[in-house]
Amino acid sequence: MTEPLIFELSADGRRGYTLPKLDVPEIDPADHIPSKMLRREIPLPSLSEVDVVRHFTRLSRLNHAVDVGFYPLGSCTMKYNPKVNEDMARLPGFAAIHPYQPEETIQGALALLHNLEHALAEICGMDAFTLQPAAGAHGELTGLLIIKAYHRKKKNARTKTKILIPDAGHGTNPASAAMLGFEVVNLKTSSRGGIDLDDLRAKATPEVAGLMLTNPNTLGLFDENLTEIAKIVHGVDGLLYYDGANLNAIMGWSRPGDMGFDIVHVNLHKTFSTPHGGGGPGSGPVGVKAHLAGFLPSPRISFDGKKFKVTDKHADSIGPVRTFLGSFGVLVRAYTYILTLGAEGLKDASSYAVLNANYMMRRLQKTYKLAYDRTCKHEFVLSGKPFAEKGVKTLDIAKRLLDYGYHAPTVYFPLIVEEAIMIEPTETESKQTMDEFIAVMEKIAAEAMTDPEKVKGAPYNTPVTRLDEALAARKPDINFFKRRP
Amino acid sequence: MSSYLPHTQAEVKAMLEAIGVKSIDDLFSEIPAGLRLNRPLDLPDGLSEAEVVDEMNDLAQMNYGANELLCFLGAGIYDHYIPSAINHLLLRGDFFTAYTPYQAEISQGTLQAIYEYQSLLCGLTGMDVSNASMYEAGTALVEALNMAKAQTGRTRVVIPETVHPEYRRVVKTINAQMGIEIVTVPFEDGVTDMAKLAEVVDDSTAAVVAGYPNFFGSVEDLEALANVAHNVGALLVVTADPLSLGLLTAPGDLGADIVCGEGQSLGIPMSFGGPSLGFMACKEALLRKVPGRITGATVDKTGRRGFVLTLQAREQHIRREKAGSNICSNQALMALNATIYMSLLGRDGIRDVANQSFQKAHHLKKELAARVPAVSFPFAAPFMNEFVIKVPNAKRLLLKMAKQGVLGGVALERWFPSLKDHLLVAVTEKRTAEDLDYYCELLGGLTS
Repeated sequence: MTEPLIFELSADGRRGYTLPKLDVPEIDPADHIPSKMLRREIPLPSLSEVDVVRHFTRLSRLNHAVDVGFYPLGSCTMKYNPKVNEDMARLPGFAAIHPYQPEETIQGALALLHNLEHALAEICGMDAFTLQPAAGAHGELTGLLIIKAYHRKKKNARTKTKILIPDAGHGTNPASAAMLGFEVVNLKTSSRGGIDLDDLRAKATPEVAGLMLTNPNTLGLFDENLTEIAKIVHGVDGLLYYDGANLNAIMGWSRPGDMGFDIVHVNLHKTFSTPHGGGGPGSGPVGVKAHLAGFLPSPRISFDGKKFKVTDKHADSIGPVRTFLGSFGVLVRAYTYILTLGAEGLKDASSYAVLNANYMMRRLQKTYKLAYDRTCKHEFVLSGKPFAEKGVKTLDIAKRLLDYGYHAPTVYFPLIVEEAIMIEPTETESKQTMDEFIAVMEKIAAEAMTDPEKVKGAPYNTPVTRLDEALAARKPDINFFKRRP
Repeated sequence: MSSYLPHTQAEVKAMLEAIGVKSIDDLFSEIPAGLRLNRPLDLPDGLSEAEVVDEMNDLAQMNYGANELLCFLGAGIYDHYIPSAINHLLLRGDFFTAYTPYQAEISQGTLQAIYEYQSLLCGLTGMDVSNASMYEAGTALVEALNMAKAQTGRTRVVIPETVHPEYRRVVKTINAQMGIEIVTVPFEDGVTDMAKLAEVVDDSTAAVVAGYPNFFGSVEDLEALANVAHNVGALLVVTADPLSLGLLTAPGDLGADIVCGEGQSLGIPMSFGGPSLGFMACKEALLRKVPGRITGATVDKTGRRGFVLTLQAREQHIRREKAGSNICSNQALMALNATIYMSLLGRDGIRDVANQSFQKAHHLKKELAARVPAVSFPFAAPFMNEFVIKVPNAKRLLLKMAKQGVLGGVALERWFPSLKDHLLVAVTEKRTAEDLDYYCELLGGLTS
């Protein structure tokens, strides 16, 4: 099942769009713009509206998605994306406003942003939030800029050169730190799956500017030593940064701010149900404790009891990290979700996410190797190593799952678990769905032992079979107009 | 319990038994008491869907946007008409509830759409390579300057004041903390001051940046800017409005090495400035320096065409601290939005929309000059669909215009103290002759 490219469907003379007749006297652009700047060729295709609608409808049917079926992709929190959120983001009062309108005409939008900042601050135990960052990695960059600014203000910028990151951390953590010129120091994971405290003590030198940590971590485990970790890092005047990728495990149960974190980012596209959109747009708001509030990106939103305002003069601010006030449409969806669930509903979301993960973990550990055998939070990590003797890799198991109508778990991450299979069911899946998935996982495990070649050749029932990634990288064909012959 | 939770009591009981615990609370028992929240979150109770919709409607109705007022605002975000088919396609759950296409075999829809997006963007900009998109224009420019630094081994970039001041602020926030020195060049008659530019560009310059059209709506002489940059071995980085490229020559044909910018004009709702579409395209020579995701065509085991994320060895999930960028997502749904828009418009439609915007903007300027004596025009440079006017008491005037149904322009004083009482006025194909007439009449009445 393949679909022609949009260019291959084109026929000169077709159009998928009509304009009203030009109702002002037409002038010749060449009289107003130098002719070398006036375009002759436009290499766009020509299609009718029905061509376009059918093409993209057919393409959509080649995708797996949360609306299609179970998506147990660890670390990504593929929970259900409520439909009402989509409607709210499309209300003309939100979708048709311009970022440079006078404040008097956008009081509802500013109120929403203000309320959302406060809700996130309460959920995370922080004092102030910015909604600017466009994604988790962008939130990390923002947080690290704040860490830099904090040390600069104390005139320690030159000596504070290192960022501590656990070896189980997301790849974006070290990449964000390195972008800003920090030296990345990796921390070892203990046998219980938390930070190795001895290793941390040895590496917590005066050069440490901060620590980036996910809790529960990427193994799905809550680090009980947080108080001690915070003490050690604060002891060398380092700041604690909370990567909020796993916040879905602890809402209403525990708050990063109470654990000792100074800065957090949250992923609205994970915890707060905004859709992943095939890879974005996300949103990664950043919260800080009061002592860092002055460093938050400007502009900020304020409320004087009567009117919401956008203020831009903040002496210590790191400056804007993007244009405009944030991915507003995503923020509208997240706010809708928080209104819908309320205090109790948010806690329930975390409770059932953790229940689901533990249930699946205990069922699946009978067939697969469990990396760390203790109560998990919202996700857990298995290893596909037991099937290595048959030459079956984790990747093969992942691909075989596709044949049964599931998205695969996250594989080969975290890097510290061999042949890692990371499963996050989220709270919006039923026992029935999970039982069906578990049965398939067991079936694939049996296939791996009895008919390994079948698993290694998977998938078979998908729109295409396994793709030649080496060819794609060796001879890049990334632009139709310069395609590989 | 919210309707998003499918659990029955019987199922919960069976699951707890399978786990071997008595209650859900037991699953949180290893959180030390001191780290536990011993009270409910201080947030309102949950609401039914009908109540949520009411509350959100109340907030939405406190805003007066382009549906209520005639919008003449631009500066990167434009009020173009968005064809109905786009929203229907974007609302297909198979698109918007999918994740990053890591499992290519079940993500061909997203992957092929990105390949088409990359190709269309390359076609419009005259570039060889496009990534799968970035957050928005400011951060796209940040990444472009990073690329220029990596490619040239130089650390100075020259950004004229004619480049969007918000993009410049973002660059200052981020690039300046990455060891990049930023040099500014003033404008002259609404375009980059070429004499001043020549004074500061030298063999330590990594990149010269140009807006196309620039922040004031003016059409810069890109070829001349490219020559200045290339003469010293620097790159020309262009921030472009992609829709204007329906009328303007592709920057790639005028010497640009990297073209990036804001893609909102390609059928994306204004939505208070986001989510929008940062785009990033470049010449072949820069392929290995491009940040973010790229989709490539390949074949499956039976020889059928298929698409994968490719050249991933550049990216953070493989390279960690050695990656060139930390970016880990793209604006896939917004890129899809733009792809559908470009497909619907096609080569004739995009020219028509760009041309009508151009025609109507020029008509408005001409009418203002003829009918509103209080308005003057500081710049005579060629422009596309956006231009600068000078009016008495600009800020108060804007509020008065809003009260009479018009979002009259963007006041420039906040970024340019020298441009007090100057407004940036944008006109799209959505404005009718009647709207333009009303604008003139209103401005005339309020300034007489």
